[in-house]
Amino acid sequence: MLTIQSVSKHYDTRCVVDGISLQLKRGESIGILGPNGSGKTTLLRMISGELTPDQGEIWLEEQNLSKLKPKARARKIAVLAQELLGDAPFTVREMIEMGRYPYLSRFETLSDRDIDVVDQILQQTNLSDRGHTRITELSGGERQRVAIARALVQEPEILLLDEPTTYLDLEAQWSLLDICKHWQKEKGLTLVMVIHDLNVASLFCDRVLFLQNGKCIAEGTPKEVISASLIEEVYGVSTVVIPHPETGSPQILHQPFMNNPRKEHDS
Amino acid sequence: MRRQYNKKHLYIGGGMFLCFLFTFILAVTVGSLKIPIPEIWRVIGHHTIGFPNQVDPMSDAVLWSLRFPRVLLAMVVGASLALGGVLYQGVLRNPLADPYILGVSSGSATGAIIAILSGIGAGIWGMWFISLSAFIGAFIATVSVFILAGRELRTNTLILAGVVIHALFGAIITFLLSMSVEQMSRIQYWLMGSFSLREWAHIWVLIPVIVVVMAVAWFTQRELNLFAVNARTAAHVGVSVKKTRFLLLILASFLTAIVVSISGMIGFVGIVIPHLIRMIIGANHRFLIPYSILAGATFMMLSDLLARTLLEPRELPVGVITAFLGAPIFSYFLYKWRRNL
Repeated sequence: MLTIQSVSKHYDTRCVVDGISLQLKRGESIGILGPNGSGKTTLLRMISGELTPDQGEIWLEEQNLSKLKPKARARKIAVLAQELLGDAPFTVREMIEMGRYPYLSRFETLSDRDIDVVDQILQQTNLSDRGHTRITELSGGERQRVAIARALVQEPEILLLDEPTTYLDLEAQWSLLDICKHWQKEKGLTLVMVIHDLNVASLFCDRVLFLQNGKCIAEGTPKEVISASLIEEVYGVSTVVIPHPETGSPQILHQPFMNNPRKEHDS
Repeated sequence: MRRQYNKKHLYIGGGMFLCFLFTFILAVTVGSLKIPIPEIWRVIGHHTIGFPNQVDPMSDAVLWSLRFPRVLLAMVVGASLALGGVLYQGVLRNPLADPYILGVSSGSATGAIIAILSGIGAGIWGMWFISLSAFIGAFIATVSVFILAGRELRTNTLILAGVVIHALFGAIITFLLSMSVEQMSRIQYWLMGSFSLREWAHIWVLIPVIVVVMAVAWFTQRELNLFAVNARTAAHVGVSVKKTRFLLLILASFLTAIVVSISGMIGFVGIVIPHLIRMIIGANHRFLIPYSILAGATFMMLSDLLARTLLEPRELPVGVITAFLGAPIFSYFLYKWRRNL
């Protein structure tokens, strides 16, 4: 449903994303992996329409993404990034209702259907009794649930997640990922996530993509792609990769520190 | 849940409206000539619905040609300043943004003074020329602040940009005044902000402008809410960020320019009122816009009342009163937020 045709993006003279192509199918989850500065976030921002590629094109079904009206795009693609809630004293419900923006024309107010969608998602994200709480009073995990609720009320077909689990504790991480998985399975939502945790990516994603210096150097299912030699090549760190006892997905164990001479330091 | 929500707004909104009404009646009643309240209603009735057809000519003259225009002007100016503050703070996502602090007021004043001194401000259309010239000044100031502060619109760069622009236009104003000594005191008095010697004509210039800006603000409340959250979020849910921002900034500068050319530079209203309202009812512009307008109008009528009665028969510039009332509140916000700025 989304086709990325050899897109590139330059900042000044530096090429941040260099000729990446990718096909997204409905209802699959894709992890974009790679070290800092490899172009993951830039790629994601081109898919979200925040940045336009210098070369190449992105097609959403039959339409060129850059030609799409912002509201039409927002009905198809939603974004969840870190801390996009701000600190203005909105209530949880007000914040989530903002996600209905692409469905409302200027002179319309929220319809019964809009309110139904918001109610349902409040329930699914376990925020029903927090509707009138101000977002400034929420915990980090709750804030992230509000952020995903706001993205989901857009009823998107594609959800882009930019390091969604960073700064969250384990419980909050899994509850967030659970919500995403549920939507992927039930509604056929397509997930594209930039994530640093390779073990989570391996368990969660149907397909992973490794970027290095703006180029895609490996692509496929986690089982096909994630290996100790690839991790060594991309991150310069030697690891042990073993299959997960239940699913067989590759999981990474780090070498004890004494046996792991650093090859190259990467911030 | 919904009902509770509405009830809360009924109380707050109703309470504020009563305050507004009370202040209005107080402001038209109190003055050097004491006029009883029934007489006030008789005069209003006489001029609006033609009943009663006979009123006391003395009260009529004082009320209709002096006090009403003045109180109404204070009301509309207060509402405009508060609305301007709401727009600047919403669009720039910045708690300290306000036309006065960003230098837009001094930009407008410069434009207005140039029009007055060059003589194009005289004549029947003078008022409009002054306003137009003020708008050009306001526009230049807004755009300069915007360019200086950069795309990120961080608080400190924005405020510093405002300081620079304010200082520059302040210097131009001082220069212009020093070049025309005979007009100096008159213009200086106007600059400090005052509602004395204003007529119905001034109100008729301002009212269409504020009505238009109010309507546009009301119908962009969702965009304003999203800007207040984050410009990126706004873009993600489909707002045309640049276009909307530009439109709203132009409107806010226009409003500021008209207000300044009528009543001079009155500080603190645009920043203090929206903040107080935000603390009480939250950041939703659906409520922030109407409540700020109501509170701004009330606050300004009260300030003007104090300005003309405190040291009777002398009159203080109303800007002095708003600064005395507003500076402590502003200092409190600054103190509270200094860590986040």
